[in-house]
Amino acid sequence: MLAPHSRRNVLRGMLGGTAVTVGLPFLDCFLNSNGTALADGRDLPVYFGTWSQGLGFTPGYWEPKGIGANYENNLFLKPLDPIKHKVTIFSGLRAFMDSNPLNPHGSGPAACLSGGHPKAGVSMPTVDTIIADSVGTTTRFRSLEVSCDGSDGSQSARNATSRNPSEPSPLAFYKRLFGPEFRDPNSADFTPDPAVMARQSVLSAISERRAALNGRLGASDQARLDEYFTSLRGLEQQLTLRLEKPQPIVGCSVPHTEGEEDPATHGTLITDTQRDHRLFARLVAHAMSCDQTRVVNMMFSGGGGGSPLRRQGLSMTYHVSTHEEATDPVLGYQPQVAWFMTQIAAAMAEYFMTLDSFKIGDQTLLDRSLIMYSTDVGRAQIHSQENMPMFLVGGAGGRVKTGLHVPASGQTVARVGLTAQHVMGVPVSTWGTESNMTSKPFTEILA
Amino acid sequence: MTLLSKVSGTRHRLRRCLSVAAIACVLAPLPGITIPDASAADAQPAAGPAMMHLLSAQQYRQIIDDTFGPDIEVNGRFTTETRRAGLLAISSGVTSVTMAEMEAFDNLARSIAAQVTDRTRRDYLIPCKPASERAVDDACAAKFFEATGRFLFRRPLTTDEVKIQVEAAARATEKVKNFYEGLSLSLASMLASPEFLFRQEIPVSDPAQPGQYVLDSYSKASRLSFFLWNSQPDAELLRAAQAGDLNTPAGIAKQVDRMIASRRFEGVVRNFFSDMLRFDDFGNLQKDATVFPKFSLTVSSDAAEQTLLTLVDLLVTQHGDYRDIFTTRRTFLTTTLAAIYGVPLVKSTPRMEPPSWQPYEYEEGNPRAGILSHISFTALHSHPARTSATIRGKALREVFLCQTVPNPPANVNFTVVQNTDNPLYKTARERLTAHSTNPACAGCHKITDPIGLSLEKFDGSGSFRNDENGAHIDTAGAFNGKPFSNPLELGKVLHDDPGATDCLVTRAVSYALGREIADGEKPWHTALNKSFADDQYRLPELFRRIATSPEFFRTAEPQKLPVKTAASSN
Repeated sequence: MLAPHSRRNVLRGMLGGTAVTVGLPFLDCFLNSNGTALADGRDLPVYFGTWSQGLGFTPGYWEPKGIGANYENNLFLKPLDPIKHKVTIFSGLRAFMDSNPLNPHGSGPAACLSGGHPKAGVSMPTVDTIIADSVGTTTRFRSLEVSCDGSDGSQSARNATSRNPSEPSPLAFYKRLFGPEFRDPNSADFTPDPAVMARQSVLSAISERRAALNGRLGASDQARLDEYFTSLRGLEQQLTLRLEKPQPIVGCSVPHTEGEEDPATHGTLITDTQRDHRLFARLVAHAMSCDQTRVVNMMFSGGGGGSPLRRQGLSMTYHVSTHEEATDPVLGYQPQVAWFMTQIAAAMAEYFMTLDSFKIGDQTLLDRSLIMYSTDVGRAQIHSQENMPMFLVGGAGGRVKTGLHVPASGQTVARVGLTAQHVMGVPVSTWGTESNMTSKPFTEILA
Repeated sequence: MTLLSKVSGTRHRLRRCLSVAAIACVLAPLPGITIPDASAADAQPAAGPAMMHLLSAQQYRQIIDDTFGPDIEVNGRFTTETRRAGLLAISSGVTSVTMAEMEAFDNLARSIAAQVTDRTRRDYLIPCKPASERAVDDACAAKFFEATGRFLFRRPLTTDEVKIQVEAAARATEKVKNFYEGLSLSLASMLASPEFLFRQEIPVSDPAQPGQYVLDSYSKASRLSFFLWNSQPDAELLRAAQAGDLNTPAGIAKQVDRMIASRRFEGVVRNFFSDMLRFDDFGNLQKDATVFPKFSLTVSSDAAEQTLLTLVDLLVTQHGDYRDIFTTRRTFLTTTLAAIYGVPLVKSTPRMEPPSWQPYEYEEGNPRAGILSHISFTALHSHPARTSATIRGKALREVFLCQTVPNPPANVNFTVVQNTDNPLYKTARERLTAHSTNPACAGCHKITDPIGLSLEKFDGSGSFRNDENGAHIDTAGAFNGKPFSNPLELGKVLHDDPGATDCLVTRAVSYALGREIADGEKPWHTALNKSFADDQYRLPELFRRIATSPEFFRTAEPQKLPVKTAASSN
């Protein structure tokens, strides 16, 4: 079915002007009359995602004008205009530090994504892992993590020491998703592969020795070993799924490839990151359309000194620019920093619009998703933890209202994460630690 | 376990911080600080816990190389490690395997196993031939797993374990109708198993001291080989473990001498210093090409190599004094580095071969003495377009003195420091002085800036300069009350500072144990400090002392009592 893979194959196939490839005609007969659920009664899935990026947006230039629906985007978020009716923006949120020392580019993500500050020995799962444990257990991948800046940086973690690394290569990501291990759920014929059966049969050898291992460990190592075996079960589940005839999935769209090899490498220009982001966005949409996962974490770029983003012809990196570029007295902001911020807003818009271009009945993938945007700082220049921008994007299958501006001055960022968990059906009443602890989701956005 | 070692490490950092600097550290909370409760303090363990370490990428590659030969390709991506308490080597003691990593390990395992059993290698990597290539051969599979398994699991496989692998191979063979493919898949399952990926240390009752615990023989062998070779035990070390040799000081000393004498030991010295000196940060290093046009990726990689060559030459080849790293005039250069250093290096390679490393010795009085003057310190700890006395001072204290300098608080305005074009403040010293009028900042800047400012004549790329913006650079300062007027004198002050050798001992012990030093191990640390001085600060001697100390193999009482003793485990 698929041509041999190379980076150019993916590049050509996905950027080559053919736009979105919908592999199969949409089969309405599979849907009920409302187009919301499969004819056999199974609900269509709702997807959760995070989209994160470092260095945020400069205060005063991103907060929308107007409250509630029909807000007007501020300068740096103008690129979101074409999709703003599906973007809900929270302004004025704070990441409370309490007495915790500032990790300049780590404290913000910790508060936004795990509701507090990591402390020794305290487990702080990020919201995506909590949701994945709830909604992602039946798919091939419990969650997918990608990073667009060439690093394996990731904001997704099960606890303080166990980070889910990101895949930095679109080609490797493509192979992982749609390589030989992928089975098209709409394929007519199905034969279980003996090689897969053989692989599955040997993995049990690992579990057979588990009891002997368990007897030797202390509690914390036991927890680490348990995590290993959870991951092993995930691997076994992938093989099991490959041995069963899959349920047809309407709208499953497999990316096509064509062309020849081009070993492009990832540089540090923002254009490299944008290119990889575009490829990842398409691959994520294809993966979601074929229900390979229900949770996707997209990291555009990190925030601190490790973040390499540069602009052609500009000597300072984006991160260094936020600290060192002078504020233009007329404009009122740092001009180069502003350029990066609008570029990033444009990439974000592109992601949402890509998901919005994949149709499922009368809805789109974005309509069936809830994507949470977060960043690391309120004002990058001084590592401020105030006025942190956060967005919830997409309709979550009709569970939320979209396109609102919700001012929440001085409220904890954790309220957004709690809202996301409620929307995704996680039974939790209170979330977060210390001053970020909250039991108040944003009920005004619930449908 | 992790919590205990964390607490003890924090205390250690806090004490050191108090001793050096001032109120600043007390005012600014330390990262990750935890106040231990009284009951935990009362129940001080005699030793730290036995550990369970995930193999690092480097260890994984080395093990595959050692077990199956260097022509096996290890094509896979490993997760980036996170530094804890100054070392990446410690983080493997707390991490696990996530779903994505499990997939990656499984892919890697199958790719390696397929190479091991392919037609070109099976004749010498598999010690027998099956009766038929299309059918199960339990006897041959058993032979293979017994021979290979003891290296992969770092101990002999139990009868049950061999049986499990043989049966797995048989199941797979029956499905794919090919003995080698079945064997390959069963081998892959070993390579993806926790016994291989984690090196799990087993504590047993110490027969010599009732109530105390030590590692079992094979755990001792692993601790030795991962410390001194950064790889698995070889056949001789496994033999020694099996024979009970590692239960006697003489038996251990014999193995340690053999391992330190091996060329592999150099690799560990390189690995240790790459970790301690944070050379992984070179992966993120960016320099502004308009300000530093000579700085390139080649400079980055050569810079790290220059320092490693200098250290290996001084500490291993010349068997020199560790303190001389701050003052040595001997180094190694390439023509690329020489261009930045402004050294007239003549390309003296025969037959016009590509330029290679050349030993170089600076003349007496040249400011380029000691590794603090290397690009690997001055450029690595600078901004892309300018120096940072604060970052250099912080790095010096953290890397070489094991202190913790807090991050800046939120909402700090750095504008004065960052504007290098301000005619009022021409030099970094003037800018930092203006910035430090804020008392909240002054405390920490007092401990970082004076030593950082003494290195200001090395610009952000590591090149030498006398002036900044036309103003003379003043490199005078004081450290722990000892005045210095330039980097050479700073090097001498650090050379004589007991904090530097104390820190090296701390890092070496943590590297050896794969965790922070436990409270109960403080007396051992003190004793090692003394013996390090007695040994004229020779690094191989320090490593030898650590590896031959009884404390190296002692562990806290396991949370779950073991059922076997050292005597019965061999």
